Amino acid sequence: MKKIFFIFLFFVISFKNAYSLIKVDITRGNLDPLPIAISPLHVDSKSEKLSLFDTDKLGEEISKVIEQNFRSTGLFNPLKKDSFVQKPDIAHLKPRFEDWRLIKAQALITGKVLIKNKKLKVEFRLWDTIASKEMIALSFTTTPPNWRRVAHIISDKVYERLTGESGYFDTRIIYVSETGPKDRRIKKLGLMDQDGYNVKYLTLGNELVLTPRFNPANQLITYMSYFKNMPRVYLLDIETGIQEVVGSFPGMTFAPRFSPDGKKIIMSFAKDGNSDIYTMDLKTRIVEKITNHPSIDTSPSYSPDGKFICFNSDRSGIQQIYVMRSDGTQVKRITFGTGLYGTPVWSPRGDLIAFTKVRKGRFYIGVMRTDGTGERLLTENFYQEAPSWSPNGRVLVFYRETKSGTKGEGFSAKLWSIDITGYNERQIKTETDASDPSWSSLLSK
Amino acid sequence: MSRSLFFSFFLHAFFICLTALTLPFMLRNPIDLPPIVSVEFIEIRDETNIPYAPKARKIIEKVKKEKERVVSEQAPPADIAKEKPDRISMPEDKKEKQELKKKKQNPEEIKPQIRQVSEFEKKELFDPNQIAALIDKAKEEQAETQRKNEKLTQSNVKNSFAKGLSLSEEDALRAQIFGCWSVPLGLPFDEELLVRIKLKLKPDGTILKSEILDHARMNTPGQSFYRVLAESALRAIRICQPLKVPPTGYERWKNLQLNFDPTEMLKG
Repeated sequence: MKKIFFIFLFFVISFKNAYSLIKVDITRGNLDPLPIAISPLHVDSKSEKLSLFDTDKLGEEISKVIEQNFRSTGLFNPLKKDSFVQKPDIAHLKPRFEDWRLIKAQALITGKVLIKNKKLKVEFRLWDTIASKEMIALSFTTTPPNWRRVAHIISDKVYERLTGESGYFDTRIIYVSETGPKDRRIKKLGLMDQDGYNVKYLTLGNELVLTPRFNPANQLITYMSYFKNMPRVYLLDIETGIQEVVGSFPGMTFAPRFSPDGKKIIMSFAKDGNSDIYTMDLKTRIVEKITNHPSIDTSPSYSPDGKFICFNSDRSGIQQIYVMRSDGTQVKRITFGTGLYGTPVWSPRGDLIAFTKVRKGRFYIGVMRTDGTGERLLTENFYQEAPSWSPNGRVLVFYRETKSGTKGEGFSAKLWSIDITGYNERQIKTETDASDPSWSSLLSK
Repeated sequence: MSRSLFFSFFLHAFFICLTALTLPFMLRNPIDLPPIVSVEFIEIRDETNIPYAPKARKIIEKVKKEKERVVSEQAPPADIAKEKPDRISMPEDKKEKQELKKKKQNPEEIKPQIRQVSEFEKKELFDPNQIAALIDKAKEEQAETQRKNEKLTQSNVKNSFAKGLSLSEEDALRAQIFGCWSVPLGLPFDEELLVRIKLKLKPDGTILKSEILDHARMNTPGQSFYRVLAESALRAIRICQPLKVPPTGYERWKNLQLNFDPTEMLKG
């Protein structure tokens, strides 16, 4: 009986296969920015009035921040609000999708704002206008002064839902703020949102500061500062403002950076003209020597899993990038191109290393795979260096200096960002000149 | 007993399947059947003509116009003969040849640099049947018949979906969807990124039903990128509709599977 059943099954399958389904492979698409409509958020009529800002315009202001975030990515094309047919209050309840499709919007953000009991409540919805369905809906409650941060969080959620990778809008950038002429620069630690707003200065500018870096929890900053003409590595708590010197070494310490677990600091330490890489446990303050070579080893950076370290060294006679295990073993040179390679930084995704390259007097920011293959130079200029990754590993921020005249006139240093594809190069607006940027991880995870 | 039962079942199953396979063909509207003509399989080719490069398109259009002109106009034989050295190679009419030799613009006397024509012109103009028809009016009808047959041949190839869509038709559909599909850029490179969508289409190419074949993966933890990718593919299909499907042969392509895979593109 079983045989009969199987034979019957064979015939049924054969019959089904008699009409083979036509299959077409689609392996390419377009990379045009996705058209997205960001409707001004509707302000609830029951909202309390605040002296801090114009409550009636808060919904519009939040939508502007979101729009600016998306525009800066280069991946989205926020549509002009003049073309919107449907009003915000109705759109938030039930969008008329045909109206949004008419203006070629593929996604739509609507929302509502309510201020009650001195608390700001913002809810938003993301709609797929083509499929006519809701994709995500969330609500946030915070204190009213935090409204910009809410806009950034909404941007992150929408970005993640539409691209499949986490966003980078609810983040901060720490940098060195520079004022004054080139020969008498006043350098302070500056902290701002990734879009250049909410700037705070963390030091007074009495001492020269360099290379600030966030810890993974975004609470601490390590940086280098000159004290009595001697460079030292410091730790600074952003919230309390407490500052301390990391260890006391007879020589000079450089380029500090946190380990991925935040428990160690890795840095280079110069003694008798030889510079090696060291780590220091922040809890026990035990210092461990990682490299031991009669050459200059600097700019160490951990891989996201903490198993490897990349750094630059001139042990081959010319400055190149090397990778080793975190205990200092299995040192391997990964760059062999012409020119000097420096400031390697491991991507948060773990797949790429960003670097600065100097060749024939020009400076390049580039990326390559962790084995040194696939080198891509993203941008070239007179002077630029110190790339730092956005938390999703898609964007690099770096600083660029313009040429100065013989009197130091015309000199300026600005922060720039560029996508790892090499497109969408943009200047990040800062109040003063700026250098040595470092991108934090996402504040709300 | 069991053997006879087996044979009985086997034969029944065979005839049921045979009937099921053959009956739909019998039920088909005979109007859909293309006229039977002898066809050379010249249209089966590895290269597609879609989309044309702009320059190539211009050249092809120019050539087509030229072709139409030659067919539609009853050009005097003497004028045609001016540019066609092959005309004199036709052995049919020696008298005509002798008359032409007497004329000033005999092709044999034209210098080679003047006789240079484009590759397209050479192909189009070198048609013994046409020239013969111009010389001998009796052959005109025959040439026109052949031309009609050629036209039929092309349309017949479009209709013959015995093995699916032709390469040009497949590429036309691909090119249409390429333009509609905004590929999400945050997708991981090292994951399986294939999204298979089964479509049921109306005769005009609009979508009756769409189904993601690996639907379970949409809600698998750690595979959120798959949902993003699948949604982008669905959006592309909806934006593109009506899809550019062939005007005939609906039974063959009414069920269509599109496999979206951006791996190569993302790796660059």
